Amino acid sequence: MKKLKEKKAHASMGKRLKRVKRSSGLFIAPSFLGVMTFFVIPFIVIVYYSMVDNPISRNFVFLDNFKNITGNSAFRSAVFNTALFAGVSVPLAVVFSLLLAILLESKIPFRSQFRTFFLSPMMVPVASVVLIWQVLFHYNGVANDMIAVFGLGPIDWFKSAYGRIVLTILFLWKNLGYNMILFMAALSSIPKDILEVARMESATALQTFFKIKIRYLSSTILFVAIMSLINSFKVFREIYLLSGDYPVDSIYMLQTFMNNTFRKLDYQKLSSAAVLMSIVMVLIIGLLFIVENHFGKDVEG
Amino acid sequence: MSKPKKTLQPWEAERERVRKAAKRRRAWSYTKRGFGTVFAAFFAILFLMPIVLTITNSFMSSSEISSNYGMVFATTSSGGKVYIAEKVTLKFIPDMVSFSQYVTVLFKSPEYLLKFWNSVILVGPIVVFQLTVATLASYGFSRYRGRIREIIFFLYIILMLMPYQVTLVPNYLVSDWLNILDTRWAIWLPGIFSPFAVFLLTKFMRRIPISLVEAAQIDGAGEWQIFAKVCFPLCKGAIASAAILVFIDYWNMVEQPLILLADAEMHPLSVFLSKINSGEIGLAFAVATIYMVPGLLVFLYGEEYLVDGITYQGGVKG
Repeated sequence: MKKLKEKKAHASMGKRLKRVKRSSGLFIAPSFLGVMTFFVIPFIVIVYYSMVDNPISRNFVFLDNFKNITGNSAFRSAVFNTALFAGVSVPLAVVFSLLLAILLESKIPFRSQFRTFFLSPMMVPVASVVLIWQVLFHYNGVANDMIAVFGLGPIDWFKSAYGRIVLTILFLWKNLGYNMILFMAALSSIPKDILEVARMESATALQTFFKIKIRYLSSTILFVAIMSLINSFKVFREIYLLSGDYPVDSIYMLQTFMNNTFRKLDYQKLSSAAVLMSIVMVLIIGLLFIVENHFGKDVEG
Repeated sequence: MSKPKKTLQPWEAERERVRKAAKRRRAWSYTKRGFGTVFAAFFAILFLMPIVLTITNSFMSSSEISSNYGMVFATTSSGGKVYIAEKVTLKFIPDMVSFSQYVTVLFKSPEYLLKFWNSVILVGPIVVFQLTVATLASYGFSRYRGRIREIIFFLYIILMLMPYQVTLVPNYLVSDWLNILDTRWAIWLPGIFSPFAVFLLTKFMRRIPISLVEAAQIDGAGEWQIFAKVCFPLCKGAIASAAILVFIDYWNMVEQPLILLADAEMHPLSVFLSKINSGEIGLAFAVATIYMVPGLLVFLYGEEYLVDGITYQGGVKG
């Protein structure tokens, strides 16, 4: 008798749940249809395009397009430059923003003002500050005057391999504030009692940092690294606004390559480049997740 | 009458030692704080300098600009090299504050205002409708978590993490199919359905206590009522945060218009500013400053929302 009642209750609950499922699913519909139309379906078509010889005759060539593009010297140098830039800038962005966050966590005066100042570059469109960058890094500009004090020769910043350094500086300038906010939130969410215990056990600041804090920060470090990686691809904006479609070889990035390929509308190159890039991104992000899981599992939850 | 010198008792010596150590520690902490402040101030100056310089330079007269920076822009334009000045001199304070640049930009050369308007008309609908679509979708994602929905949400995350190099090719293809290439729709539609705000708001809505929703359900509210009367009011802050983040991203767009809008007349100011020719460099700073203003205003009034938004994204704060 009792069991039957329970069963009945269960059934009605199941029905209710089903109703909730259906009616709340409708809320997702517009977004889902849009995402399918503008991202997912065309992406599947692009995967197909990357394996045929051209969109009209559609002969299946499987990996030929990928072989072509990986043999293309412009693509290769674009990949090399992008990877080098990300490989240097992303770790720098993680480390410096963590340092800034620690600095603002300590008891210095005007903390909220400093936070505002560090965050402000994020709000400024690249196009607005490009003029100042041009003035600062011009051949006869301030940056060269400054290094002349140390007896270093003038450098043609935008037209040589030093362009990479300038871009890294611009990247850090724009992104450190954002990352710093993420780290500040993570630092303040570390359980206070653990830090208290560490202090009572007379652990030094460095020990506390490396043995405790970094463990709690690991998921944030992962997130900051991923976001910085994505943002590092957006450095194309600076490059385009500073040097147009054909920058110096050292700062010829993937997006520059894509842009110029779009002009020729070479679907094979475009789609195989996009597919390759998406595979690489998934691999990198997956790898980062695995690494984070390995290091951060004992403090989670 | 001198006091007889007392030998310190052991406990007194200990107390003295502890006091001295505390004093030393305090002194050390003060020095540390001092160094920290100097360091932070140094960085703050570095961070602010480009912004401040752009603003102050916009108040210079065009002759002052060209005598200071004439060389920079004379050599960057592909035309003949006109050396107006031998040296590039960086100035913080204009010799004479002049609003002439602003007057020219605002009243005499409509082309900049037109490009500014282009930016507004491209970004505005994206912010409004991405948020609308996303608020609805995040309600769906947080109200019920089945396996299919989790898979879709995971797909959204992957999409969000894809750089423009990947997403622009599909966007171009669809725009071509739908025949909206070279129209504003080619920018609007992918922007409106971009999964970013969905991700952010879902993360927020999943933290709303289920008891609130259940209470409304017992009172007989339908899904739409729960959404509009319970969920939406609680999410206003998060929506503002997401709106700010979406706004900054699109106000700064360069990649999409370059590829999806062949007609340069429709380009937003974020692309057009770089094409300013060397004859008008005086104006460039004023235009750049005007373009910064919306971002800075949003920042001024919404810094807390922005910070909260970034924090939800990181998913650390509860």
